[in-house]
Amino acid sequence: MGFAQTAVGQSITRFFEHLSSIYYLFMDTLYWMVAAPLKGHRLRVRATIGQMVEVGVQSLFIVVLISFFLGVILCMQTAYQMERFGATQYVASLVSVAFVRELGPLMTALVITGRVGAAFTAELGTMNVSEEILALETMALNPVRFLIVPRFLAIFIMLPMLTIVADVMGMLGGYIIGVGSLNIPAHLYLKRTFDALVLKDIFSGLLKSFIFAMIIVMIGCYRAFIVEGGAAGVGRSTMISVVHSMVTIIIADLILTAFFYFLL
Amino acid sequence: MIRVENLVKSFDGRRVLDGVSFTAERSKITVVMGGSGGGKSTLLRCLIGALPIDEGEIWIGEKEIARLSEGEVNEVRKRFGMCFQNGALFNSMTVGENVALPIREHTKLAEHVIRIMVKMKLELVGLRDAENLMPSQISGGMAKRVALARALALDPDIVFYDEPSSGLDPIVSSVIDELMMDLSNKLGITSIVITHELRSAFKIADHMVMLYKGRVAAEGSPEEIQSSQDPIVQQFITGSPEGPVPRRLSSKDYGEDLLYM
Repeated sequence: MGFAQTAVGQSITRFFEHLSSIYYLFMDTLYWMVAAPLKGHRLRVRATIGQMVEVGVQSLFIVVLISFFLGVILCMQTAYQMERFGATQYVASLVSVAFVRELGPLMTALVITGRVGAAFTAELGTMNVSEEILALETMALNPVRFLIVPRFLAIFIMLPMLTIVADVMGMLGGYIIGVGSLNIPAHLYLKRTFDALVLKDIFSGLLKSFIFAMIIVMIGCYRAFIVEGGAAGVGRSTMISVVHSMVTIIIADLILTAFFYFLL
Repeated sequence: MIRVENLVKSFDGRRVLDGVSFTAERSKITVVMGGSGGGKSTLLRCLIGALPIDEGEIWIGEKEIARLSEGEVNEVRKRFGMCFQNGALFNSMTVGENVALPIREHTKLAEHVIRIMVKMKLELVGLRDAENLMPSQISGGMAKRVALARALALDPDIVFYDEPSSGLDPIVSSVIDELMMDLSNKLGITSIVITHELRSAFKIADHMVMLYKGRVAAEGSPEEIQSSQDPIVQQFITGSPEGPVPRRLSSKDYGEDLLYM
C-alpha cells in the first residue's frame, strides 16, 4: 500500500484538493469582481450593500463590547506587572500597540468568523441543498458572481472598518482603567498611547484584517458550495468552516507578524 | 430539438446512466419515467449542463452542450426554463422578485415593464395574489407553481420539469398538467417532464421514455408504452410488486448477510 492510500496520505491529498479548489474559487471570485464588470456584467450593488449592513452594522455592537472589555482586561493585566517596575504609565503604550498591531485585527476576525463566516456557510449551504444554487445556474446566473462577490466585497470593506472601531474601543477601555484606577494623568496616558504608535503598526494591523476578511469569506463560501447530505451536512460544513477559518486566521497572523517583525 | 446519444454518467464507478439515447421533438411533451434511483434526476442535470458527462452527446438544437464553454452554455440556458421538484425558490426574495430575477438579470427592460411581466407570469399559474409573499409563507404546491412561473419568465423554447405533480393534490396536479399541455400546444414550448405519476404522464405525453437501471427500457407514444409487452414496462404501469423489478434493493443474500454479521 502506497503512502497516498494510508489515512494520513488521504488526509494530506484531501487537504491539497481543498486548497486548490479554494484557490480556483478565489480566482473565479476575482474575475467576477474585477474583470467581468469591465465587460458589462454589472456588480450587484444592492446585494453588496445589504451584505455590508449584515456584516458591518449588525456586528458593530458585539465588536465594540468585546474589544472594550478586552482593553480593560489588558490594561489591568499589564498594570499588575508594570507596577513592580514603577512603569505604570507605559501601560498606555502597550495597550495601544497590542491592539493596533494584534488584538484588534485578530479578535475582530475571530468574532466575525463566528458571526458572519458561519452565517455564510449556513445560508449558502442551505441554498445548495435546496437546489437554489442549481436554479441560479440553470437561469444562466453565475453563483460566484451572484452570491460570493457581494459577500466578498462586504466583508473586505467592513472587516477593516470594524477593526479600526475595535482598536479605538480597546484603547478607550485601557484609558478608563489607566486614568480612573491607575491614576495616570489623562494627558500623559494619551501622549504615551499616540507616541508609541507608528504608521507601520496601523498599516500592518489593517493589512492583516484585509487578509483575514478574504480567509473568512473564501472558506465560508467554499464550504457551502461543497455541502452534501441535507441539513446534517449544512451543520457539519458550518462547523468545519468556522474551525478552518479560525485556524487559518491564526496561521496567517503568525506568518504576517513574522514578516513584519523580521523583514520590515 | 433535443437529442441524447449514448449518454454515460458514473458516480464513484457506479454507472447511473448507462448509454441513454432518445430524442425529444420540438413543441412536444416528452415524459421520462422510471422508478426511484433510475437515473432520472441525473439525466435532467446532464441535460441542463449542470453535470459533466462521461461519454455521449447531448444536442440542444444545433448545440452540443457537453462541448461548450461556460459562456456558451449560459447562452443556451437563456432559452431554458427549469421547474424544480421543490421549487428551489430563493428564500430571501418575495415571490414576485423570484419571478422577476431572470428578467432583471438578462434583459434591459424598464422596471414597470418587468412588473407587468411578473404579473402576467403569475396569472398564468393562478397566483397573482401571492406576488408579495415570501416563499416561506406559501405552500409546497404554490411554490411549485411559482417555480413554473419563474421558469417561464424569459419565454423559453424549452422547459424542463422535475416531478411537476408529485406531492400536489389531484386538482392542482391537473391544473399543472393542463398548463404544461397549453404551453406546448399554444406556445410551441418543447417540454421534458421527469415524473413517475402515471396518470399525469399518460395524459400529457406526446412521447415517453422509460428508464430502468440507467438504460432506456422502452420508448414510444403513450399508446405504444401502454400496449408494450416488455415485463419491466408492464410491471411499472400496473404497479405490481411482483415482476422483474426486484422489490428489495439489497445486493447480498439475506441469509448470508445474517450469517456473517
